[in-house]
Parts: sequence; C-alpha cells; structure tokens
Amino acid sequence: MKQYIDSGKKDTRSGFGAGLLKAGQANPNVVALTADLKGSLKMDAFAAEFPERFFQCGIAEANMVGVAAGLAIAGKVPFIGSFAEFVTGRVYDQIRQEVAYGNTNVKIASSHAGITLGEDGATHQTMEDIALMRALPGMVVLNPCDYNQTVQATVAAAKYNGPVYLRFGRPGVPNFTDPEEPFVIGKAIVLNEGKDVTLFATGHTVWEALKAAEALEADGIGAEVIDIATIKPLDEEAVIASAAKTGAVVVAEEHNMAGGLGEAVAGVLALHRPTPVEYVNGQDRFGQSGTPSALMAAYGLDALHIAEAAKKALARK
Amino acid sequence: MAKSNKELQTIATQVRRDILRMVCMASSGHPGGSMSSADVLTALYFNQMKQDPATWTRGGKGQDMFILSAGHMTPVYYSVLARAGYFPVSELASFRQMGTRLQGHPSVRKGLPGVFQASGSLGQGLSAAAGLALAKKLDKEDNIVWCLCGDGESEEGQIWEAGMFAVFHKLDNLIAMTDWNGKQIDGPVEEVSGEGDLAAKWEAWGWRVIVADAHDFESIEKAFALAKAGKGSGVPTMILWKSEMGHGVDFMAGTHKWHGSVPKPEQLEDALKQLGETPLGDF
Repeated sequence: MKQYIDSGKKDTRSGFGAGLLKAGQANPNVVALTADLKGSLKMDAFAAEFPERFFQCGIAEANMVGVAAGLAIAGKVPFIGSFAEFVTGRVYDQIRQEVAYGNTNVKIASSHAGITLGEDGATHQTMEDIALMRALPGMVVLNPCDYNQTVQATVAAAKYNGPVYLRFGRPGVPNFTDPEEPFVIGKAIVLNEGKDVTLFATGHTVWEALKAAEALEADGIGAEVIDIATIKPLDEEAVIASAAKTGAVVVAEEHNMAGGLGEAVAGVLALHRPTPVEYVNGQDRFGQSGTPSALMAAYGLDALHIAEAAKKALARK
Repeated sequence: MAKSNKELQTIATQVRRDILRMVCMASSGHPGGSMSSADVLTALYFNQMKQDPATWTRGGKGQDMFILSAGHMTPVYYSVLARAGYFPVSELASFRQMGTRLQGHPSVRKGLPGVFQASGSLGQGLSAAAGLALAKKLDKEDNIVWCLCGDGESEEGQIWEAGMFAVFHKLDNLIAMTDWNGKQIDGPVEEVSGEGDLAAKWEAWGWRVIVADAHDFESIEKAFALAKAGKGSGVPTMILWKSEMGHGVDFMAGTHKWHGSVPKPEQLEDALKQLGETPLGDF
C-alpha cells in the first residue's frame, strides 16, 4: 500500500495557529477572538503580529459569538477560538441565530475536540459537537487529520465565504500529509486505494485507519482509506463510488454515534448504494480522564479496532 | 432635515396605528413593547441616525447601524423602517404571512432593507452591536451603532457579558438602549425576576447611563444629544427609557397582558379611534 511517513508528531491546534497567521497575512480583514484560551488555541503568533486585530473576550463565549457576527456583518473575517465543547454546546443557540441563520462569515475554531483532550475528563471532552454543527443549515464542518492539513484547512476556511466549523485537537499526532496540498472544502481525499473494504475516517482516526490498512494488508485484505476532512458538505460521490467498489465500509471518528460521520455516510449509502457498514466511534458514552492514547484504545477508536471492524464488514458482504 | 417634535408625534401616532393594524391582520405578534418603543424609534430613525435607505447595505459602511436585540418588537421596527423609506409601506400588510420579508422576528434571509442581523432569541443583539462598533473602530469610521434591548431581555446573562466587553474594548461609538417598561410576558418584571435597578447595575458595569422619559420628545431628544456627547469618552452609553407598555391606548397601557396578544376587532376600532388618524395615512 501507499506509504505515509510521520515527519514527527505535532498537534493539530498548532496547525490552526500557523494557518491563522497565514490567513491573517493574506487578508487584512481576518481578525481573531478568544475566550481566555489564546495560548491553548495557539493564537499567540497572530496576536503578536496583529495586536489590533486580536480581541480577548474573557470567559464569555456567548458574547464572543455575537461580537464575531457583528464583525462579520461589517466585512471582517472573524475566527473565534475555544475548546470544542465551549464553542458548540455552550453556545449552540448563539451560533444558530447569529452565525447560521444570520448567515455571517464567522469561522468557529474548535480545539481540544473529542476524547483526546485527555486528562481534564468528560466535562471538557465533547463527543457531540459534529452532530450539533452538522444539524445547522448551511454550516460547513471541517475536521482535518494532522498538522499540515489543519494549516491548509484554516487557510481554506478564511477564503470561503460563509459559516465554517473547524475542528481540531490537543495532542501531538503523526504529521504525514503533504504540506503543499491545498485544502479543497467538500472533497474527500483518497489516501490509499483498495478493493476489499473502505475505511472512511476523519480527524485523529485517519492515521489509525492507515495503520489498520497496513495490518489488513498483511492479512491479504486491500483496504481503501479515505480521509473525510470535510464532514459537511459530505463528498457523496466519493462515498458512493468507493462503497460501490469495495462493497464493505467502516466509518471511524472521534465522536459519538448520534449525528456523527458514521450516520452521515450510512444515510448516503442507504439512499444510493446499500452497503454493510461498521462503526468505530464513541457509541453513546461520555469520556473520562486518561492519556489520549489510552483513551483512544479504551474507547475502541484505534487502529486495532478499525481493523477488527473492517473484518466484520467484510464478513457481511 | 430635522423633524419638529410635532412632526415626530404625528409619525409616532401613525407607527402605533401600523403596529396595531399589523398584529391584527396577522392575528399574532407583539404590540406591547412595540407601543412602548414607538416614540424612541421614531425619533431615532427620523432625527438621529446617520443613514440613507437609498444606499443601504447590510455591511453598513459609512452609516449608523441599528440592532433590535429584543427581536419580538418587529411591529414597531418594520413600521418605522417603512415610514423612513426602507421599503414600501404597503408591505407592512405582509407581516408574518407566508413568504414575507417581514418575518415574525427579524431575518436577513429575505433581504429586507434596514435589517442588519437576525434576532429573536433574546440577549444576543447587544453582542452583535458591540461587534459592529468594534469593526467601525477598526475601520476608523465615526458612525454610531445603536441597539435596543428589553428590560425583560436583560435577565439574559449574555447582555451583561456584552456589557463587560463593550467597556473593556472602550466602545464609545456604541449607544445601547433599554425599553424599561417594567413588564414581561408573565407579569411585572419585579414579580418575574427581581431584576432591580437597571441604572445602578449599568453604572456598576462602567457604562455612561442616561435615564429618560420615553414618551416625551423633548426628553427623548435631550437624552440622544447627551448620549452622542459620549463619543470620545472611551465609554459606551446606555439610555434607559422609562416607558409604558402599550402606551397610547388606554386599555393596553401599563399592563403586561398586551406583550404578545392581539386586540379583538372592536378593540382595534376603539384603539385606532383613540390614536386618531394622521395625514400620513394607513398602509
């Protein structure tokens, strides 16, 4: 199979910080806001280079969403940054009215998403944010898989005119995508071609899916690995084409079942190409304290579980 | 050309007629707070805001901007916008009907001129207004951003988040207003929330606070002049309008019962008679 080299572990939130700086350099209308999490969101470089375009909002996320909407109405391109739970669940109604229904050009930068937030535990580990953001009409939902892709996704979000939810994470993870590859919103990325089973993955599970594909190859199974970096709008054509080719599907995500990528993929396939689907996700649970890698294993989100799910899907062909 | 107080009174009377006729035609809507804000919004749009309906865009470049945070007050908002020339007065008849640009609560989805942002879920408009004011500072524009909140709405915590933000970021180009009529859906504000003295609270929050009679044009104009003088102070201004829910019609005045209920046909007839006709004419 195609080989991907980890150029050294890096956190995707640092990819966001680097992308934000690039976007700010390219467009003077890009502004950034945070609710007392500048450092955690790696917004320091932007704040240092553009102090007049960086706004500290204090621990008041609801107001931050509204302020960003106002800035966007007046022509700015605001990025609002906080932990995933606090820029989705905490402010769902504000995002719904001010950003989605109000159709304002606000970029929601959502860090520490999923269970890999780690030791802080379940209060801070949202496994429901994709569902909330997917439910909003017109909201674009991006979930890049590594540092390089997050840089590019941030740049693409800044160029796109409309509400964007940009999800990324806390821990260092393998950095393996091409740093020069531009991010195309709405396009699934085929990382490896295979004929027996398709592994759809998003965010931190993409690397795990690649590792699973290697293990499957050793067992003589050809796994197609597709990076769903844009969860909404979903690249339905790519989903249908790959399912038609392999006839068995696994969907892996660092998110719960309800409203996640798994349901999105299954919904498309039920309509256009009924195919056996196995899910690798947090099911219907809250997280807990632990190291990111221990949690990924304990909640069944790692390469081992993806490979097992692939064999189950194959058996159902 | 500034309007005289007498001219403003005539427009406000017509606006009250519009409000009642709109909610009666739609068999729904919120007349109470609309009636209490009618004089203030009339004076704002006809004498205070630097704006031009003919060149209006949602981005508001080079113009004063207004956000109706208390989004349910659409009857007064739409009537004033139409009377100020943002869209045909005849369109008021479409209020709350299928396909209308005059949605129950303000919407930007159907392109109604004059509306900068959606509102209705309470407590959010002051934040959006603060964002607009911040953008005007960044763009070195000297226009003012205006915002109208309700006193019931001010029970929402986000209002106070926005209040803290506007002071911290020195938004002296933001003039917020509260329709302090003391009533909300379930009853008098003091029986629903114990909100207390808004003047003391906003002062404690660090705002310039002006308290004024919302139904006397001399008082209204004075308050606006005082508010505008805050430009350059580095501090945002809050005008607390002492108003009466349902003002202008005897059986509606001073009670929460007309927050979101609509007069019966014979009550409408009585109300319109009390208000009297104006040379502007009904829509």
